[in-house]
Amino acid sequence: MTQIILNMNNITKEFYGVKALNNVNLEVREGEIHALVGENGAGKSTLMNVLSGVYPHGTYTGDILYEGEECKFIDIRDSESKGIVIIHQELTLSPFMSAAENVFLGNERSKNGVIDWEKTSTEAKKIFEKIGLNENPDTIVNELGVGKQQLIEIAKALTKDVKLLILDEPTASLNEDDSENLLKLLLEFKKSGITSILISHKLNEIQRVADRITILRDGSTIETLNNDETLSEDRIIRGMVGRDIGDYYPSRDSEIGEIFFEIKNWNVVDAVDNKKKIIEDVDINIRSGEVVGIAGLMGAGRTEFAMSVFGESYGKKISGTITKNEKELNINTVSKAINNGIAYVTEDRKDYGLVLIDNIKNNISLANFEKISKNNIINKNEEIKVTENYRKDLNIRSRDILQKTEDLSGGNQQKVVLSRWMLSGPDLLILDEPTRGIDVGAKREIYTIVNDLAAQGKSILMISSELPELLEMCDRVYVMNEGRIVGELEGEDAIAENVMKCIMKYSREGI
Amino acid sequence: MEKSKVNVKDIFKLNIRKYAMAIALVFIMVLFQILTDGILFKPLNITNLILQNSYILILAIGMLLVIVTGNVDLSVGSVVALIGAVAANLMIKHNMSVVPVILISLFIGALVGAWHGFWIAMIKIPAFIVTLSGMLIFRGLTLVILKGQTLAPFEESYRVISSGFIKDIFGGANFHITTLLIGLVFSIVYLYTELRDRKNKMKYGFTVGSTQMLLLKNAIVIIAINLLTYSLAAYKGAPNVLVLLFFLILIYSFITNKTVVGRYIYAIGGNEKAARLSGIKTDKILFWVYVNMGLLTALAGIVFSGRLNAAMPRAGTGFELDAMAACYIGGASASGGVGTVIGVIIGGLVMGVLNNGMSILGIGIDWQQAIKGLVLLIAVAFDAYTKSKAKK
Repeated sequence: MTQIILNMNNITKEFYGVKALNNVNLEVREGEIHALVGENGAGKSTLMNVLSGVYPHGTYTGDILYEGEECKFIDIRDSESKGIVIIHQELTLSPFMSAAENVFLGNERSKNGVIDWEKTSTEAKKIFEKIGLNENPDTIVNELGVGKQQLIEIAKALTKDVKLLILDEPTASLNEDDSENLLKLLLEFKKSGITSILISHKLNEIQRVADRITILRDGSTIETLNNDETLSEDRIIRGMVGRDIGDYYPSRDSEIGEIFFEIKNWNVVDAVDNKKKIIEDVDINIRSGEVVGIAGLMGAGRTEFAMSVFGESYGKKISGTITKNEKELNINTVSKAINNGIAYVTEDRKDYGLVLIDNIKNNISLANFEKISKNNIINKNEEIKVTENYRKDLNIRSRDILQKTEDLSGGNQQKVVLSRWMLSGPDLLILDEPTRGIDVGAKREIYTIVNDLAAQGKSILMISSELPELLEMCDRVYVMNEGRIVGELEGEDAIAENVMKCIMKYSREGI
Repeated sequence: MEKSKVNVKDIFKLNIRKYAMAIALVFIMVLFQILTDGILFKPLNITNLILQNSYILILAIGMLLVIVTGNVDLSVGSVVALIGAVAANLMIKHNMSVVPVILISLFIGALVGAWHGFWIAMIKIPAFIVTLSGMLIFRGLTLVILKGQTLAPFEESYRVISSGFIKDIFGGANFHITTLLIGLVFSIVYLYTELRDRKNKMKYGFTVGSTQMLLLKNAIVIIAINLLTYSLAAYKGAPNVLVLLFFLILIYSFITNKTVVGRYIYAIGGNEKAARLSGIKTDKILFWVYVNMGLLTALAGIVFSGRLNAAMPRAGTGFELDAMAACYIGGASASGGVGTVIGVIIGGLVMGVLNNGMSILGIGIDWQQAIKGLVLLIAVAFDAYTKSKAKK
């Protein structure tokens, strides 16, 4: 009988009244590799942040039993002292420091506050050998590839006498070989008695290394499966996506017309890395009154594609054509995109959407001064009237239009951004993760708005990582992976299993 | 009953933040009025106060736009000196007449601004570094032009802007009647626009402050204006530079409040990425903000050299810091996106009154510096404190 190292019971965590975790249970056995799967937003990362003390004791309810005793971690240091180490999806290395310095960051090899460089180097070297990282400890981290950086994170964890290692999507940004190495390393760790929790979207990897798999969906534990030969990929996917949809998605009454927008041979090179093609030969079209989705994993290139279409606001060396009503458009700036009837609602409303320190009114009018000004002078009455109308129509819950957008909830912030772009009167509205991080009620309201716009004959291109949302809302779905369109699903074929199959098939075949 | 009590408290809290600096300015003025036995408010001193601070206020208006975009300009002190040197050189050494000299000076100022704007907006070098470099470059060029020496004096016509007074068309014997009239006319215009504004707000169903608050606010402003013009009229009337400043305040308040460009400037400082994704050509706007800064710096340079009646190699040292301090005391945010023209003027006056009052009291320049530094810190700390309070 193997021992239970970790037991998380009835964990509930709320953000501003929205339940991110709802009575979640997780049981991990000593020495196993336990996979945690679920869609984006299912609560995997939140659960791990609760475990590692990022969200301290008291901000959630439920209890954590670790090695048989109840734990009330107040911060990460607290959980690390017990041997629980988390490696986040975004690496937390200091880019201009050496590999060795990073390994011992916050845990320096020193004597009386003076760093012992000799010891730092030799000990780092030893750990590197252990994990198969053949690299000089004095190399600046910046100069190493992502795969090696990931290994340095792991080396860092090892210096902390790790007993329970948590990896949040460790292979998301790694290539095949690096992923392979990492998985082998995990199996090595297992032999030496380290327990791991692995969060990943890549089911084939999970099936290879995991002992058991816990599935989360919408902030709840669905089931824990034993990973044996009888467990199929389809079985896991069903657990991840199956949900009671009911009338969660309002019905749409729109007439799909002719092809309105068409994007052909679209190629984009990465904004930083000159050699990396981020989008390759993408061809898509959208009819009037049609809602078209782009499905794909995080990092598939969907946002980069959308932004490059929107006035080349992302990437370099963009080539391809955009036609509207069979007429080719020349769009190389955002203002040209707006003038040609294209609007883009960003996935990151706080960083790329709103001026948070400014009020609702000014945020809505930001892209629309042509409509409310004359000779460069703003008609303030008109501005107030127009923005107040949007506040009422879209039900933006706020004191008045002079309330700062930073004080609004996520859903209402999203409605402010939507108002801005609805006011611009677009023919093609690109929605990038329109419901990310907002509550169920607001989601429904946004779906209704999308339906209304489609009913007005607009073309809508929707990007979402929530598959059920995408499949329910869209008339047609393109599947994107690694910058290419790898499938187009319509009607009865547009089901989650098929989307996953398109992606998996492509990943397996490689390029 | 209980509810209305809470409301009064809320209104007080809301307004104390908005008007905190104006109240502090009044407090400082009254304090020095008492400490100096009434010298502060003497007509002669009021006039001096305006003349002494005019160029810092002009710089501060330009600096406000720069700070609102989230940037900074360290070069203005050096550029003030450069403009003085160029003007003196053209006038004194080359006998050029006043109008072309002023036009050329303004043009050079704009050119300097374009130089900074190019590196900051187009090449994306941090403003701190570009203008630090500008600070050294233009100080150096000033020394080259002046050959390290002072050039003086200017022609009388050049000094009209900085030291002249408006003509009294009514020829009052003891009082400058035109100045008094200007005060009255301005009061009426001000009251009219305030009332119109309020009416519009009500028309669109906005919450407006109570009538008492409005009357109180208007009464304070109108009394302040007329006291000022009365006191100026008792000496030589309104200085030309005050009229210039008045128009600058009007123009820049209009730009920041009512124009599309103004809104763009705030949006860039508030969130540059969001602004760019809304179709705003952020680089272009930033470039022109620096050109504007250069233009206003040239204007300040003309006023300052006229007032000194000389072009000196070390003129304008530290002006950039005074201008920035005025902005921050006046409520502009160091991280950009926030700040008003009126706030900056109040901030500048707080510093000006402190300078002037302490000088009258015979406090040395050493202590003046230290006290001014402390005031800057307290003002900004108070702002941060009320902001964090409001969040809770």
